[in-house]
Amino acid sequence: MKPTRGNQIFQAVLIVFMILLCIVMLYPFVHMLSISLSTPAESLRTGIHLYPREVSFYAWERVLSRSDIWIGFGNSVFRTVVGTICSIVFMSMGAYPLSRKYLPHRSFFTMLIVFTMFFSGGLIPTYFLIKNLGLIDTRLVYIIPGLISTFSMLILRNFFQAIPEEVEDSAKIDGANDLQILFRIIMPLSLPVLATLSLWSAVGHWNAWFDAVLYIQDPAKQVLTTFLRRVVITGEDVSIFSSDSQSAVLGYAEPIKAATLMFTALPIIVVYPFLQKYFVKGTMVGSLKG
Amino acid sequence: MNPVTSPESGGQAVTRKPSKLAKTWKEYKKCRYLFLLLTPVLIWYAIFAYAPLYGIQLAFKDFRIMEGIWNSPWVGFKHFEFLFFHSPDFFKILRNTVVISFYHIIFGFPAPIILALLINEIRFSKFKKITQSLTYLPHFFSWVILSGILLTLLSPSTGVVNYLIELVGLKPIYFLGDPNYFRFTLVTSAIWKEIGWGTIIYLAALSGISPDLYEAAVMDGANRWKQTLKITLPSILPVVVLMFILRTGGILDAGFDQILNLYSPATYEVADILDTYVYRVGLQNFQFSLTTAVGLFKNLIAFTLVLMTNYVAKKLGQEGLF
Repeated sequence: MKPTRGNQIFQAVLIVFMILLCIVMLYPFVHMLSISLSTPAESLRTGIHLYPREVSFYAWERVLSRSDIWIGFGNSVFRTVVGTICSIVFMSMGAYPLSRKYLPHRSFFTMLIVFTMFFSGGLIPTYFLIKNLGLIDTRLVYIIPGLISTFSMLILRNFFQAIPEEVEDSAKIDGANDLQILFRIIMPLSLPVLATLSLWSAVGHWNAWFDAVLYIQDPAKQVLTTFLRRVVITGEDVSIFSSDSQSAVLGYAEPIKAATLMFTALPIIVVYPFLQKYFVKGTMVGSLKG
Repeated sequence: MNPVTSPESGGQAVTRKPSKLAKTWKEYKKCRYLFLLLTPVLIWYAIFAYAPLYGIQLAFKDFRIMEGIWNSPWVGFKHFEFLFFHSPDFFKILRNTVVISFYHIIFGFPAPIILALLINEIRFSKFKKITQSLTYLPHFFSWVILSGILLTLLSPSTGVVNYLIELVGLKPIYFLGDPNYFRFTLVTSAIWKEIGWGTIIYLAALSGISPDLYEAAVMDGANRWKQTLKITLPSILPVVVLMFILRTGGILDAGFDQILNLYSPATYEVADILDTYVYRVGLQNFQFSLTTAVGLFKNLIAFTLVLMTNYVAKKLGQEGLF
């Protein structure tokens, strides 16, 4: 097709629109990074902040020298790594049997699981359950209740289902049982979708905050997001930084907030460009039928 | 529920006639490794997805901490009666939930579809990829982080958004504190966060459309707009319907994470929704039974809606969920 004049104008308008859209998506993060590296006066300047005109690393120094931010960081890393691994193993264990057409009562088991996507006990009954299980104020509460995402597990099931049966049959002839088939053959064949689901799970864990607010009181078990909430959103504000040299800290309220925020956001920003394609691969919401 | 005999079972060759139960047992035994894998998963579902259903009885009881869920006395529909006929808050929060969610659907649902159609029109594939990656970005941050950013950017005194508004000669707007603007802020920021991520599924559907269709349309003299109308939209309609069914189930989910991090007493009036009410009144003021009733109400409505949209979609000749 030869581009007509109308088409060219349309392309030009489209590109300008997309560039504006990209700026809208990206600018907020640049702004916060710039504020976090600003002096108090610069941080309060109204206008666009692409880079700090007066640079100060004071806010980052304050933030990085707090012990509780590192406790939160440690717990966040723990739940992200352990939680993701456990989730992937568990979801594979569920998805594989459900993907086998000869599994007895397969549609019944699938129904049992799909139902939970549309009906749940609600916040209060769940809270009591966690309490009765003794999971309050334990790190296990970060891992176990969120072990399975039904949605992800169904995506995985559909992926397993699409692997040709011959693969399984030939392994069975060689004497492999289902456990070996799953862990040695099916999972290695499913790496792209497992990578996508792992990333989703990892991001979910890194970002999670509500379970920590609900179930964790012990400061030693807090995660980074709850720390950030204390600094940025709830009333406690930056006063928790003011144990020493109060006046200096108070002037740096905005840079300290921004630095805490960027510290929490940075891991995602750093891995994003490299892992971006895996976030999207295998995203197709395969129909729930099957 | 007919368990299918697997190809290698050779079930026909067996001459004696086993009872149905024995047959089932045999099938289970043959799949024992599969059940070894599945059982822990089913146990997890029993505990974390089905056991909370047991707690729903709280909605029909007066919860007493010392006596536990089981021994608390039954009170029938007392809590529902209170909610529907006496509660000063219930209709306010229900209205807030429905209105906010309605805005999310009207503006938030079509937004990624439109963006996907636009991205699909871009001819430079490299530029297309970069645009896509950048629009996904906000999706990956929690509302805790994004709320922190919004608080800074939308500040009426120093925020950059109001700086731009004043630059064009308008009055600054207190987006997060003014009840007149708060819902607008919620819906817009949610679109900002999710629009890019929402395009993925539609872009996948768009890339699946056969180029032959477009070539044929060009032969017939259809312009770009006509092509979009007659080929592109009908081709992605099944995906749109599927996403819409999934979305209606969440009609009473007006964005708990977002609202809890953004609202303040000044905006409770327009932004207190069912979920935030359950959290505040239930877990912070210990009105467990009342808020369990609210939760149950919400779940029942959502579940009914999914079934209804699914039914309607099927009636209209689209594929449903079930």
